[in-house]
Amino acid sequence: MLTGLSRPSAGEIWINGIDGINNIKKAQSIIGVVPDESNLYDDMDGFDNLCFCASLYGMRKEEREKRAHELLEQFSLKNVGKRPFKAYSKGMKRKLTIAAGIIHNPKILFLDEPTTGIDVENARQIRSLILDMKHRGTTVFLTTHYIEEAERICDRIAFIVNGKIVKTGTVAELMENAGHEHIIKLTLNESANGIKNELQRNFPNLRIEVKGENACYIVSPVKVALSPILQYLDERGISVFEAKEIRPTLEDVFVKVTGIEVDKLQKEKEGGKK
Amino acid sequence: MNAWIAFWNILRKDIKNYYLKPPNISWGIILPLSWTLMMFVRTPSPQAMDIRSLLPGLMAMSILFGTTSMLAVTITFERRGRSFDRLLLAPISMTTLVFAKISGAILFGAIIAFSPILFAAFIIDLSGINWGVAIASILLMAVTSTLLGLAIAVSAKEVFEAQTYSNFFRFPMLFLSGLFLPIERLPIFLQPISYCLPLTYGADMLNRAITQTGFMNVWLDSLILIAFSVLLFYYCQWNINRKRIF
Repeated sequence: MLTGLSRPSAGEIWINGIDGINNIKKAQSIIGVVPDESNLYDDMDGFDNLCFCASLYGMRKEEREKRAHELLEQFSLKNVGKRPFKAYSKGMKRKLTIAAGIIHNPKILFLDEPTTGIDVENARQIRSLILDMKHRGTTVFLTTHYIEEAERICDRIAFIVNGKIVKTGTVAELMENAGHEHIIKLTLNESANGIKNELQRNFPNLRIEVKGENACYIVSPVKVALSPILQYLDERGISVFEAKEIRPTLEDVFVKVTGIEVDKLQKEKEGGKK
Repeated sequence: MNAWIAFWNILRKDIKNYYLKPPNISWGIILPLSWTLMMFVRTPSPQAMDIRSLLPGLMAMSILFGTTSMLAVTITFERRGRSFDRLLLAPISMTTLVFAKISGAILFGAIIAFSPILFAAFIIDLSGINWGVAIASILLMAVTSTLLGLAIAVSAKEVFEAQTYSNFFRFPMLFLSGLFLPIERLPIFLQPISYCLPLTYGADMLNRAITQTGFMNVWLDSLILIAFSVLLFYYCQWNINRKRIF
């Protein structure tokens, strides 16, 4: 709806002060859209695809050719600029589709699943390009199923379930609102099972969990003072090799807020694509 | 100026990418050409009047198949690949977009319309043809057929679907528009349908230009074709806008 591809049944849309319903064509001049699947022209080469997309925004020949060269360079596609789009790898297609979406230097960019299904190197490059655009003042709307990607790139995040926003905020706000617990993971020199009940009896305000052979988790609603625990273990001849604070991830917050398991969501998405 | 840049580049891209796509070659080029050759060959001894009287029908048929095939290809290929989204997302008006998309097909139809003339030029003397009326009728027919093709293509998801839907209209139109069989020889209950088809008026103009026959005034034919064009143009624009089909 924000891009003008479908029409809202109710409400208003304002994009940078422009009426997004009655004056959508004006709004579209400052919007860039990169769909989840590459939709450039198979028979045209990369350079011609970019030049064509630029012409849709009224850019003159010299201007669009200059911009196309710039983008091919920026996206490391210069050496394949004259190759037909259909001969590109998936990662190259994604990069060229993003380049086509920003050919007119939009103020607002909609990116749908920019790194889904592509190799690590290309995904890293795309993330770095998104951050670069963000730093240069472009407002980027990024849709992703990769929560760690949102956590790493986005200033504000909205969790959407069944088409409705259920929570919005910065990463810090979302973490805070989720009311997370403090967790310390201790790696011991022997099995933690033998010590679990004893520890729980001596430190009743903490919750002791054992996961794996030598790992012991200390869970508390407030910050944990480690010295008494370490001293207690030391007196019993148990060495602590490592003590690590386990911070909840945005994925944990997502699961808590939405009640949706991320794995299930990923499987549904993959199933849907098949 | 911006609209012209977009218009010209969409047209250029369609010509470059779709004129020689296989579905367009088979339905838009091979079929009209082979039909033309078949008609010329089956004429026992190439009588000038026989060939000349066949020309309007063959030209109209070439335009009809050429334009509708081209539209079936340009629209459905782009819908399937979702590249049409790019055009809808661009800051160009729906009017510019529709004009740009139909211009390639109109041009293609007009070029294909001259293929029967080209073949006939080797067999008969073509003097006496009113080229002004002939060209006007070719352009007007190309416009109405293209818009008809667009109206059909926006309802199809695949090229073969669009070609099949088009055939529901194309083949009956061949027989109902007086291209090869005069309308007055059709059963009386079919004749009103003939007068509702734009091709009838285009063929009449061509008959007037080539064989100096025809049942209506050329100006009236032109006006009716222009009216069909305007109606179909606004219908197609409304339909794309309404559906936001892509």
